[in-house]
Amino acid sequence: MSRALGRRLALAGLPALFVLHNDFWLWDDSRFVLGLPVGLTYHALFCLAATGVMVMLVRHAWPAHLEVEEKAARREARR
Amino acid sequence: MILAVLLVYLALVLAIGLWSHKLFRGTGEDFFVATRTIGPFVLLMSLFGTHMTAFSLLGASGEAYREGIGVFSLMASSSALVIPAVFYFVGTRLWSLGKRHGYMTQAQFFRERFDSDALGLLLFVLLIALLVPYVLIGMLAGGITVSQITGGALPEWAGNLILCAVVLVYVLYGGMRGTAWVNTFQTLVFMVFGAAALLIIVNRLGGLEHALARVAATQPGLLVREGHIGRVEMLSYMCIPLSAGMFPHLFIHWLTAGRVSHFRWTISLYPVCIALVWLPSVLLGVLAAAELPGLTPAAANSVILRLITQHAPDLLAGLLAAGVFSTCMNSLDSQVLSLGTMFTHDVVRHYGMHDRMSERRELLVGRLFVAFILVVTFVLSLVTTRSIFRLGIWSFTGFAALFPIVVAALFWRRATRQGALASALTTAALWVWFFTRAGNAPDYSVAGTGLMPVAVMLPVSAAVLVLVSLVTTPPPRAVLDRFFVRP
Repeated sequence: MSRALGRRLALAGLPALFVLHNDFWLWDDSRFVLGLPVGLTYHALFCLAATGVMVMLVRHAWPAHLEVEEKAARREARR
Repeated sequence: MILAVLLVYLALVLAIGLWSHKLFRGTGEDFFVATRTIGPFVLLMSLFGTHMTAFSLLGASGEAYREGIGVFSLMASSSALVIPAVFYFVGTRLWSLGKRHGYMTQAQFFRERFDSDALGLLLFVLLIALLVPYVLIGMLAGGITVSQITGGALPEWAGNLILCAVVLVYVLYGGMRGTAWVNTFQTLVFMVFGAAALLIIVNRLGGLEHALARVAATQPGLLVREGHIGRVEMLSYMCIPLSAGMFPHLFIHWLTAGRVSHFRWTISLYPVCIALVWLPSVLLGVLAAAELPGLTPAAANSVILRLITQHAPDLLAGLLAAGVFSTCMNSLDSQVLSLGTMFTHDVVRHYGMHDRMSERRELLVGRLFVAFILVVTFVLSLVTTRSIFRLGIWSFTGFAALFPIVVAALFWRRATRQGALASALTTAALWVWFFTRAGNAPDYSVAGTGLMPVAVMLPVSAAVLVLVSLVTTPPPRAVLDRFFVRP
């Protein structure tokens, strides 16, 4: 995956997860999935999905300019 | 036995805090932000531990006892998305500016970014006013824990006093480094013992399937959200975790990072950490509804402790209680330290000493204010009656409504001091208005629609900031050049 595509996917993941968080279709669903009420299982899995998006953000859309500034400041301080 | 285990635990916490003093460099920067040297693991654990207060364990389980599984989606999974995103967009940038310009408090940053003393002072007052109820949460929970595990032999005020004394010693002696180390240790403790509490209690209840079947038979409404949590409420609650962007205690923890790359672990692993702590907490609250029916809202805050004392052997109950107690201390220490930092730098140093203050005096003032805040909070804890969860929500609401100011400060060159001032004043006015209208109503929403006040305050605060900024003079180029790369 190219860096640009990864960055776009990671950033698009945030609003996508925001929409998915509102699982209104499960509001009165009393089924059990994976041993837990489905409303709880869904949101536990949601946390895993959020982890995936955060990992993508950190890998593909990291604010690298902050690291460049940091290195420059360190070089300046050494002088 | 349980109390003895808790006392040994507290002694261990004190030892870690005091041990950290070996690395103390005797400077204000070391006391307040550990000379910005904290590594990635301690950053993750201390940030998470500071953020996961008694609210997450006791408050959430108490709320789950009343409202069911929906509490997890309401507060935990929304936080799992929003909070690491706030760290990514806001935390990393504030760390960078803090390191470059030597900031230690939010008011310092906002004062210089918007070139306004008045804004710095106003935010200082607002942040302290909003933080004190949050500090109270930790204090109240500490009292509940001690009272519950001793079967009422020690009253809640005695628990509050013990909590104050321990936190006071290691914060005053260890400063931010001691606080970060203790937070790391305690975060590991409450994560491990939270999971252990769930496993042990569920096992004693005959297994998860059996325990949930009992809930389904006696209180089936707790296993769905219909009738307990409204759809509009759920949507508007998504605004609450934005409060993390304005928490003073998270801000000073961000500044402790040695490098910006140290945020990578924190951002990546935060959602999993949230699930690990909140899932046991909410599940135990729901299971308790079948095991211990009929508790009042205030008593429901201690359902985890009631389950632990009923179902775990003494030694284990002591360890589990220590895990709960650790969440209370974890947030309290960073909050009082951040208040001490703010008072020292934003008031005494800036106004009293005109930014000229010896390191020694800076340390003394910071320590004295930390002690003062702990005493004030202890006194307030004796007269506070609101439930832990509700108390937290009002505090978070105020912080969340201030969030547009930090976003504008970091990402919008055109944001002006008048815009930020108007936004902060609007937040304060709306907060007081909603708070007085809500009174003691536990389920207050805007005009009974299910909409949380934060969902009104946040967009209004943002709109005021944008409109007032657009009709006032843009900030001078010299100021902007300190905070933005020239286009």
